[in-house]
Amino acid sequence: MSLINVKDVKKIYNGGEGEVAALGGVSFNVEDGEFISLMGPSGSGKSTLLTMLGAMNPPTSGAVIIDGIDIYDLPNEKRADFRSEYLGFVFQQFQLIPYLNSMENVMLPLAITGKSNREQVKMASAVLEKVGLGSKGNRLPNQLSGGEQERVAIARAIVNEPPILFADEPTGALDSKTGEEIINLFKQLNREGQTIIMVTHNPEFLSHVKRAIFIRDGILDETKHPEKQIAV
Amino acid sequence: MKLHNIAINNLRRRKAKMAFLMAGMIIGIATIVILYTITTGMEQEIADKFDQIGSNMTIIPESDSLSMSYEGVSAADTEGTLNLMTMDEVAKIGTIKNRENIATVAPKLLDSLKVANRNMLVIGVQFPEELRLKKWWKVEGTRPEAETDVLLGYAASGELGKKAGETLEILGRQYKVAGVIQETGSQEDSVIFMDLKNLQSVTGKKDAVSFVEVAALCYTCPIEEITAQISGKLPGTKVTAIREAVQARKDFVDRFSQLGLSVSVIILVIGALVVFITMMSSVSERTREIGIFRAIGFRKSRIIGVILMEAGMISLFGGLAGYLLGMAAARIAAPVIAQMEVVIPWDYRIGGAALAIAVLIGLMASILPALKASSQDPVEALRYM
Repeated sequence: MSLINVKDVKKIYNGGEGEVAALGGVSFNVEDGEFISLMGPSGSGKSTLLTMLGAMNPPTSGAVIIDGIDIYDLPNEKRADFRSEYLGFVFQQFQLIPYLNSMENVMLPLAITGKSNREQVKMASAVLEKVGLGSKGNRLPNQLSGGEQERVAIARAIVNEPPILFADEPTGALDSKTGEEIINLFKQLNREGQTIIMVTHNPEFLSHVKRAIFIRDGILDETKHPEKQIAV
Repeated sequence: MKLHNIAINNLRRRKAKMAFLMAGMIIGIATIVILYTITTGMEQEIADKFDQIGSNMTIIPESDSLSMSYEGVSAADTEGTLNLMTMDEVAKIGTIKNRENIATVAPKLLDSLKVANRNMLVIGVQFPEELRLKKWWKVEGTRPEAETDVLLGYAASGELGKKAGETLEILGRQYKVAGVIQETGSQEDSVIFMDLKNLQSVTGKKDAVSFVEVAALCYTCPIEEITAQISGKLPGTKVTAIREAVQARKDFVDRFSQLGLSVSVIILVIGALVVFITMMSSVSERTREIGIFRAIGFRKSRIIGVILMEAGMISLFGGLAGYLLGMAAARIAAPVIAQMEVVIPWDYRIGGAALAIAVLIGLMASILPALKASSQDPVEALRYM
């Protein structure tokens, strides 16, 4: 069974200009341990798809099944628990909490797990070490470089050891050299078994992944780079 | 990392806003504490006055052109004559319908006598009744027991050069000064108190009484009714309820108390609004942050918890500081505001109530902002990114 099973999801928004289909029926599977790039131009629907996979945005129709759980069958608060347990997010622009230091930012997802403070510190220290920031745990976000903030954001996303890691344009705010380092970090995590779905519109990134999902006008575009696409 | 760490760290970051909020809370609670403690102190002072007054009614024969007086009652008028009551009339006081409300009946005879070549005001009293009424008297020496025992007012003792235990000659008879009443600051200081029967006898005014002081029970008793009943039994007398004098003061305190209550309610409403607006704006500023909390799996209840914890902490410290400030200010300002000697004791119950009110107001005013924060759609919040 696939880790993620997306079944004909549609998303219709009711805007001022009538109904707008952000997603027009999308289906695909993601296997455990894959590193997938979700690509498409601005407004193509990839952010909608990402938040839908991230258990935050119910589809108008269709289903998203993760690890055998139809996540939009879950009540709202159970879905919050699901996000905490199954999913890690690296948001655009890092989105660290400005008044928490690196260590505290990384510990944030653990604050709701009931783990002891000592255990939380141990886990957060380990992931900060892993992303190369072992010595900067007590720095506030504004005392870190962009690349370092990105690493803290990644550490925060994986501290809970979620089965799936989502990253939304993780290199968008970084220079190319730092961006390269971050991509290497993601590749390293993937080699260690982490399933990763990364949104990007940067075609250069394609060389780093075995598989990509292209989306255009709310539907899958299977004409692009067929060698990177795997039939559903 | 626990939820309270998030709340504390956020409070630290938003120092200016939280200082504003806390200052509002401190001023509000301090004002309420000041108003409450001063009002309570004034009420206590009034109640004490009622107790100290002892008698709350005087009965005097109707008369005019008074000259030598004690508590508004004359010992002798300019012609040397004065209307008097009789002991039989005094006895009628105990026959009124509301007699069970009457605690003490203290008849008195006033006269001006030559004692050691000085004109002295002498009051004949029934000592047991008198001492029951005058609870504030502090007697140096002993209580008068024999018919020939007298009590001297503080100034009279000085004037006559007599102390407790010494003897005093009045109209050729020897009396023992049983005690000297410590200074009361009233006309009592210059009076010689002797046994009523004795004075009636030596002045040849058998059974005569100048006036009667009556203590009717407490200040909730139907004093006007008792006054009317006594007037009915004793025509030709003027029955005055002293209560009226204290009542004016009580009315002032009641009005102050009502004003205090109204001001407190207004302050609480304003305080709640300040908390509400500040927390609302704080929640709006934190849209992204709350979106992130929700996205990484915080339940709504946890978001509400963080917001209410912040409000609760501010309110708790604001309430505590407000209580301390209010008490300190009340202790300094009370005598000025109340224009009386008001005692403001440190009362942990007021402190507890101040904290409870502060926290309750803080939490209640933050419920809506907390609900707003918790209902933040993470997708909407992340669109700001």
